[in-house]
Order: sequence, then structure tokens, then C-alpha cells
Amino acid sequence: MPKIIRPLDVYKVLPQTNCGQCGESTCMAFAAKVADRVADIRQCKPLFEDPKYKSKLQSALELIRPPVKAVTIGVPPNQVVIGNKVVMYRHELTWYNPTAIAIDVTDDVDVDSLIKRAKAVEVFAFERIGQQLRLNLLALRCTSDSPEKFAKAADTLSRNTSLPLILCSYNPDVMEEALTVVGDKRPLIYAATKDNWREMLDLASKYKCPVTISSPGNLNMLKSLASTFISAGIEDIVLDPGTYVKGDSLAETVSMFTMLRRAAIEKEDKLVGFPLMAVPAVVWMDPEGDEIEKKMKESYIASILMTRYADLMVMHSLDPWVLMPILVWRQSVYTDPRVPPSVKPGLYEIGKPTDTSPVFATGNFALTYFLVRGDIENAKVDAYLVVADSEGLSVESSVAGRRLTAEKFAEAIKSSGLDGKLKKKVLVIPGRAARLSGELEELLPGWKVIVGPRDSSNIPEFIEKVLKKELRAT
Amino acid sequence: MSKSKDRDKDKIFDLFDLFSEAEELELEDVNIEAEELAIEFLPLVVQTMAKAAPEAAVALKRVIELKMEKFELPVMTYPGSIPEVKIGATKAEGGTRGKVIKVGGETCPPYYRFESPPKNRPIIALDVFDQPIVPLAGPVKASYKDVLDDPAEWAKKAIQVYGADLISLHLVSTDPTLKDTSVQEAAKTVERVLQAIDEPIIIGGSGNPQKDLQIFQYIGEITAGERLVFASATIDMDLEAVAKAMSKTKHNVVALAFMDINQAKELSRKLIGSGLPKDHLIIDPTTGALGYGIEYSFSVMERIRLSGLMGDESLQAPISCAATNAWAAREAWMKVDEWGPREYRGPLWEATTAIVGLLAGADMFMMMHPLAAKIVKGLAEILSKPKLDTKLEEINYSDWVKMKV
Repeated sequence: MPKIIRPLDVYKVLPQTNCGQCGESTCMAFAAKVADRVADIRQCKPLFEDPKYKSKLQSALELIRPPVKAVTIGVPPNQVVIGNKVVMYRHELTWYNPTAIAIDVTDDVDVDSLIKRAKAVEVFAFERIGQQLRLNLLALRCTSDSPEKFAKAADTLSRNTSLPLILCSYNPDVMEEALTVVGDKRPLIYAATKDNWREMLDLASKYKCPVTISSPGNLNMLKSLASTFISAGIEDIVLDPGTYVKGDSLAETVSMFTMLRRAAIEKEDKLVGFPLMAVPAVVWMDPEGDEIEKKMKESYIASILMTRYADLMVMHSLDPWVLMPILVWRQSVYTDPRVPPSVKPGLYEIGKPTDTSPVFATGNFALTYFLVRGDIENAKVDAYLVVADSEGLSVESSVAGRRLTAEKFAEAIKSSGLDGKLKKKVLVIPGRAARLSGELEELLPGWKVIVGPRDSSNIPEFIEKVLKKELRAT
Repeated sequence: MSKSKDRDKDKIFDLFDLFSEAEELELEDVNIEAEELAIEFLPLVVQTMAKAAPEAAVALKRVIELKMEKFELPVMTYPGSIPEVKIGATKAEGGTRGKVIKVGGETCPPYYRFESPPKNRPIIALDVFDQPIVPLAGPVKASYKDVLDDPAEWAKKAIQVYGADLISLHLVSTDPTLKDTSVQEAAKTVERVLQAIDEPIIIGGSGNPQKDLQIFQYIGEITAGERLVFASATIDMDLEAVAKAMSKTKHNVVALAFMDINQAKELSRKLIGSGLPKDHLIIDPTTGALGYGIEYSFSVMERIRLSGLMGDESLQAPISCAATNAWAAREAWMKVDEWGPREYRGPLWEATTAIVGLLAGADMFMMMHPLAAKIVKGLAEILSKPKLDTKLEEINYSDWVKMKV
């Protein structure tokens, strides 16, 4: 069973004195926030400082320990946290810490090309629903075989960019050379394997860096190595079971990722309770297939493995069209499933509306908003879209439940500031809110309220057949 | 124990006390003669040492041998399973199809191949419309421009050229607010399509609940015994009449719920309760486009499948995913230079939308772009293999670190 913490579970391990030091007025209120993971249990000073709560503290630490450990790569303010996963299925609770995406760079290029690629990764961004979607790390691959070159490249990257690093080499000498230069920046060491684990364990311990344990296709060895590292006191571990994508081997990759996450969460196997790493960039190893095919494959392999629990991914392509589906899916799947899918009520502009543009109104259920918006865009008209507060419900149910009323529509129109802006005030309300039209017209003097289609997909046709005439009429 | 020995022991402890406070201990001019010498540190001394020299402590903790562990397969059992739905009937079975397709039959979550490989692989239908005026995205239109006026030719191309498993014929022109094509007229289109291909088809209406019921009844009767799929039964339809029409003519039906698991349950209970055989139902929980509600579809699909496996009979049905809805996202079709070429972006958008559904448990896909359909069909084939052809040890995965690109 997934480890979902309830407020009462947290309350039981708190001092229950309502001392207020955590900033909450009661222990119960604090417990609710801890269970929701918006507050950290360490804010409870007495629990951590007063020896009389020793046994409670122990239970508390056990309680809040996520089945998949959080691992930090990099140092503040440039750090990435991966893992800290509590559930397998998104509908159970938010998937915390969105999958971090690293783009590869190699050490056998000249300094200018190295910096140029790294900068391109750093500035890559596109805005969507008020968020900047970005890439998170640089994965420096040692293709030169030279410890000096690798260390030099690591140094160049850390001086010229803010992104945390993954240092990729199986050679401990190469790794150490780079760690002497950037070890204090907490890069992720890639990778300890069955052949080099002693040396890599020493390096991870000496430089206090997180380390990837890689055991391609062999989960017994992966778990053995993890167990060995844990008993040596190293717990900032990332697991790499291997990303196989050639032929039908992808089926096994999906299976391994799924098994590891399920073992950690539902079977509470602490030895595999660590973030998982995938390498969609492996598609570029295949000598067959053209560039476009590889880019497409890299993109959908990344989406597949992100859906199946990859907490960190290394990719090669930097094309927006390759990365967009992954970044948009990441933005979507990492949202809180408990919060009603809604958008902020208010005025939205579609295209470049002017003082003669039509005004559409709808509710703030996110899907309603996106569909209506898309349908107006499809009609290729510039328009205003006023979103009234329907409490995150669809138009039909919010109107039926009196959550979306004529007053609310009127209020939204008044606060939009459109009243003084327009030459002709025509408001289109959803067909499913038709019964509010009379009352609304009374509340909005000077406006003409017309009822739009019941389904927003008919908006283009509605604009053509009804609205244009309406706007032309004087 | 003698007194002198006790005194010696006290002295030794005094010495230990001294050691415990000392930061450093230097022995000068000391000869130690012994055959066997054991030096023992009191825990306190070790702690002091550890504080003074953390690196030494690490060395002390160093593990030399690999701790061998066994990874236990996290296998579970499920009280429920998903019925297998048969689509299409051969002559011997009372139909005219050359091919019969099976969907569903799951006994564990999607692609948990360590529990069991999927019984049937997910199937891909390509959309065909009965009138060319439907707004089709440019990259999609380009693939069918020679057949847009002829649903039968369009269907043939979807199957023969683009490799669809079956086609979904959407009778959009029957919409009373559009062309209001009569059901008799629409039935002729269905007949022509059935004659053009050997595969079974999905028959979609216009979304008008009254007209669609007429299609279910009339075209269902005309094609009785073919075991086709009718899409979609919705909550505002006369579900008893739908169930009767479908069970009488032995067709399958898609129950379309609007991203609402309770509505899906209600539809299923009403249809089954009105006599629809359990293995003739497919649930479509609505697929939001990638970036436009897909996460709700993903979670609703996962919940439907898991609830079905855990024994909720009203949710034990194969899942349909209209990945075609991906084209509602402007990222799929809009010409924006900084986003890159639309001809790749669009199909990738549709494929990603379908892949999300695939991993959530969808069994049947309605798709539009040939390339997107090809990608998803290829993945469905790979993920559903009972046995791998590729041996992992033959792939040198770790070469990625040094690969030259």
C-alpha cells in the first residue's frame, strides 16, 4: 500500500502542547500541513530539541520518511531535488519533485562549443499557463578518456553556467580528477558499477556527492550495490537499471522501472527506495534510422519513462518540438490531483482584441476554459474571454448548483474593465447558462447578452452565423 | 580475584580516563614486549577519535565485500479481471469480416509483464469521416487529400497504406445542425466501407443523442451479426434502448463518460442492467489533449483499470482512447516557427497523447495522423510481447557515455 500520511498520524507523534513555535496555532493544524507536505516536521522545535520526546521523534522520522528518498544534486541556489516520491499513482497524491531533465555535453570539444551548448541548455525555456518550462542539468560525458580534459570541461561548465552537473565516466581516475575541481558543487557521480564500485564508493564518500548506481538489466546486482553503499553510510543514491530501447527491449525497460518503483512503494523495499534515472539519449547509439526518427523516438521514450517513474533523465536533443511534449506532460502529470482543475477568474485576451471585438464569458473549470479558448482560437477571431468563478466546476453543473449565477457573471464583467473600452457591448454566454441571460441583461445595463452554443466546438459556426450579424447591427 | 589485580585494573582505568581526555597520545621510550598484543579502545575513546578525524572514521566503516541481495519481484494478485471484447465476425460467426480483433482480457495493471504479459495488444483505429468539410489539421489532411471525398477509399488507404488495425467511421454529416443526413443514407456509406475493407469498423455518430440512437438502431440492424463497435452511448441517451439495440444485433458499444469515473460507472450499470452482455462494453472516459486536460484522462483511466482489477464490476471493460483530440491543442497544429516544424510536432503530439493513454491502460485508440498511429502501434506491439526477441546482455547499454553523436 502507498504510504499516505494522515493528519492524525502526524498529530500522534507531535508533543501536542499547542506551543505555537512552528507558526501554527495548534498541533493539529501543523499536523495537517505536514501531512499535506506543505510544512516540514522539523519546524516542530520541541520534538527535535526536547529529550523527553525522543521516542516520538523516532516515530516521526520513520513516519515522514518517503518510500523513495529525496536526493539533491548541486548546491544552493542551483540545486535540483529528485525523488521524495510517496505514491505510484498520480490520483493518490501529488507526484512531488518533477522529473529533472539533463542534456548531454561532451568533453572532447573546444571550449567555445562546450560553452555554447551549455548556454543553449541553460536559456531553453517556454512559457505555458504562467510557468517557465525549463531544462535542469548538464550531463558531461567523458568521451576523451583524458582525466585532464574531463576536469577542464567540468571546470568550464561550472564557471560558465548555473546548471548542476552529472559527471559521466566509469573510470574512477577520470572521475576523481573532475571531483578535485568541482566536487564542492555536489555533482552527481555517474556511475558506480559492479566493476568499479569500491573506488566510486570512496569518491562519493570523500567528496560527499550523490552517486548513481548502474547495473544494466540486473536488478539483483543493483540492489546488492545499493545495500553495500547504504551500509557504508552513503544514501544519496540514484538507481540506473539501464534504458534499453533497441528492438523489443523497451518492454523490459518499462518493466524494470515499474518493478523498482512498486517494490519501493508497495513492498517497502528500502534498498531500492531511491530516485530512478533513465537515459533516452541512448537512441542516438543506434546506427540505423534517420535523425528525425531518432528525435521522435527520444521524445516518446522520455515520455514513456517519465510516466513510468523516471525521476531524472539524460537527453541529447535540444529541439523545441522534441522537448515540448515531454515538458508539457511533465507540467501536467506533476499537478496536485486534489485541487479542482481550475484557472484564475478574470479577463483573458485571445489574439489582439480591440474596441470592436466580441466578449465571451465562461466558467473557470480548467478544461472548460481551455476548450472554449481553443474553439475561439480555431475561429480565428480576436476576442475577450471573461472567466467567471464557477468554483472549478463545469458550466452546466455550476449553473444547476447555483455556484455560477448571473451576479457572478456580472461581477466578472464589471471587474474586467471592459465596460468603458468597447464601442459595442455584446456579451456571449455559454448555451448551458442560457437561463441566466435575462437576469444578466438587467444587471449589466448597456450590454446586449446573447446565448452562445451549448458546445463550444460550435463557436466558429456561431461567430459566422450569429455573432457577426449582431456586431454589424447598429 | 586478588586485590593486587584489582589495583592494576584501577590503574588501567585511570589510564583510560586520561586517554579519553587527551587529544593526542604520544608514547616515548617505551618498549612493548609481548607475544600477542591486543589494543582495545573504550567506546568513548573511539568517539573522540572519530570526532577528531572523520576520514579515519570513514575508513573504519568501509565495507570491503559486496552485500549480495536478491530483488524480489513485487508481484500481487487481483480479485477482478477485464473481459475480452471481440470485434468483427467472420462468415462462420455470422458476419462478413476477414479479420476478427480481440481487445481487453487484462489480469494485471498495464504492462506489468513481471505479473503477466497482456492477453491482447492494444488496437489502433484511424479516423474516417463521411464528409470532407470536417476541419482537419493540415498535416493530417495532407495524408488523405486524394480520398477525402470517398469514405470507402479513405478507409482502404488507412488500412492498406497506413496499417491501421481497423477504422473508425464518423458519420458526422448526420448531425441535425449540419447536413442532417438520414440514417438510411448513412447506412449506405457504412455498407460501402464494409465492402471496401476486410477489417471490422467502429461506427461513430454525430454526438446528437437522439440521432445517434437512431443510427445505433437502424445501422445496427442492417449490420446485425457483424459484431462492430458503435460509438458512443452517452449519459443523455436512452440507454435502455441502446442496450437493447446492441444486444439484439450482437454489436459492441462504447460508453462515453466525460472524464468522470462515476458517470462511467452509471453508464456501465445502466447498459449492463438493460441487457448488454458484459463482454460487449468498452468504456471511453474522454481523452483530453496533451496539455489540455490529459492528466485527468490519465488518472481516470488508471482508476478505471485498477478498480476493475480490484473487483468493481461496473468498471471491468476495455478502455477506448480518442487520441485524435490531441489536435485540439494549438501546439499540435499552429504554425509557430520557434516551436519547430508542424509536420513532426503534430504527429508527435498525437502520439504522446496516445502513449499516456496506453500506459494508463487504454486498449483501443482512435487516431488521425498516420505517423502517430504507426508509432503507437509499434509500441503496443513491443510492450505486449509475451517474450522478448532481444536479449538485454547483447546490447551494450553503458556505451552511451562514450557514444559519438
